[in-house]
Amino acid sequence: MIASLLDWFLDPANWSGEDGIPARLFEHLWYSALAVGLGLVVALPLGLWVGHSGRGRWVVSVANSARAVPTLGLLFAVALWVGPAFRGDLAYLVPSTLVLVLLALPPLLAGTYAGVEAVDPAARDAAQGVGMTGWQVLRQVELPCALPLLLSGVRTAVLQVVATTTIAALIGLGGLGRYLIDGIALGDYPRAAGGALLVALLAVVLEGMLALLQRKVVSPGLSGRAVGRSRNDDDAGTGKETAQEPVDLRAPA
Amino acid sequence: MKRRTVLTTVAVAAAIGLSACGGGSDPLASEAPTDTGTAAAGGSIVVGGADFSESTLLAEIYAGALRAKGVDATTKTNIGSREVYLRALEDNSVQVFPEYTGALAVYYDKEFTGTDPDEVYAHVQEVVPDTLAVLEKSAAEDVDSLAVTEETARTRGLTTIEDLAGPAGDLTIAAQPEFKERQQGAIGLEEVYGVTFGTIRPLTGQAVVQALVNGQADVANVFSTDPAIAANNLVVLEDTKKVFGSQNIIPLVRADKVDQVQDTLNAVSAKLTTEAITQMLKQTDIDKQDPKAVAEEFLTSNGLA
Repeated sequence: MIASLLDWFLDPANWSGEDGIPARLFEHLWYSALAVGLGLVVALPLGLWVGHSGRGRWVVSVANSARAVPTLGLLFAVALWVGPAFRGDLAYLVPSTLVLVLLALPPLLAGTYAGVEAVDPAARDAAQGVGMTGWQVLRQVELPCALPLLLSGVRTAVLQVVATTTIAALIGLGGLGRYLIDGIALGDYPRAAGGALLVALLAVVLEGMLALLQRKVVSPGLSGRAVGRSRNDDDAGTGKETAQEPVDLRAPA
Repeated sequence: MKRRTVLTTVAVAAAIGLSACGGGSDPLASEAPTDTGTAAAGGSIVVGGADFSESTLLAEIYAGALRAKGVDATTKTNIGSREVYLRALEDNSVQVFPEYTGALAVYYDKEFTGTDPDEVYAHVQEVVPDTLAVLEKSAAEDVDSLAVTEETARTRGLTTIEDLAGPAGDLTIAAQPEFKERQQGAIGLEEVYGVTFGTIRPLTGQAVVQALVNGQADVANVFSTDPAIAANNLVVLEDTKKVFGSQNIIPLVRADKVDQVQDTLNAVSAKLTTEAITQMLKQTDIDKQDPKAVAEEFLTSNGLA
């Protein structure tokens, strides 16, 4: 099994053409990016507004309850329902994107809203105290402070959507799911297994890249890395201890 | 859907298990099959069915006829495509399966090009593995066919598959996922007719006809007994060069079960006709009746149960 799986990956025929791995990978990424992108367009403003204003929390609850909807069943229902209204690829792309957006929304919305709401009230207070407007507070204080939670929402959404985009192949679209569906239909199990492995790899790689991105864009002051680094920098400069031994003021002299 | 996934998973697991312990050289050929106990006088029979409604109906007919003769027969339907369910027969998880002469002959002999019903039937008996056997063929035939809407047929001037050779490059065909890589599919159409479709839209079940009716595909790969053809005024393009061959319905059974089932199933095959099947499929697919009930009605009215 492992050998035939390896053969499948090494067969040059599987690396070119419209059925090739690069083309399928691109399709997969495109469907996923479309879904997460559209999800962000909806969830980001909505989540920021709910978090900032403290109003409309029910929106988040409703989105969270939507997690219970079975994606596969919904896909067939939506494809039957809205599919006939479109021509060509759109008849399949619209239903699958709609379903994937619905999958992406709960983590995106929850991450954004929770991130903003969890901002230290003192920071918000101080921002207002120095005369910032509501908009400035949101943009310059709340949004940067919300980034860690917001981005972990994005990571969850990406992971779920990339893994689930395989179902697009069930309604006649491409993507890595094609290998799974066609492989099973033809009894070509190395192909099915190869497809599954590719999806898993893609999800892991994207997760790693997003984790790196998160390190880059989140303010060091928030992630706790700044504290560690400045101490180390002090030490690294001279190679010997320049600061005084820390004195524990609580200890009796 | 869920059930199909489970069955497919079982078949996949079984296939992996088989290939892991030394490959496809029939390990069950001479040995007694790995029967899980209770093998009383012939034992129970599981009739399998593929993942389309006609196969389900035929499985119910076979099982109903066997039960009427006192055999403990059950059905296991929606197993999947031929590549999957033949493995289920080989590993003895099903013992009887409704099959089609031409498709089965080509599955075991990729070079086979015969189209005459008797020639195809004779050949299929030769090429099935020793562990399997085919019983008598019925007059009923369900051949793969290419269908277009009435409007497409008129505007493009299509009556036979040959007429597709010109416009095919601009056309989208909706077909099962395996169509693209089968001799009795895209490969044969290209070799024999020079027909290469612009886009192949892989779909399953009723979605194939839906794509045609909704205008998302110009051509659909449907079965000649599909009641949707009449219901949607579709035009079936004549297969003048017989790419899809002859497809008489035959019971494919495990060799060790032939004695137990052949009289009963041959009697069923003698009564099956294409019209009878189309009529029954209209009841199951369009009127949404239970395949088992429809099968029983057929058996009763033909004196088989």
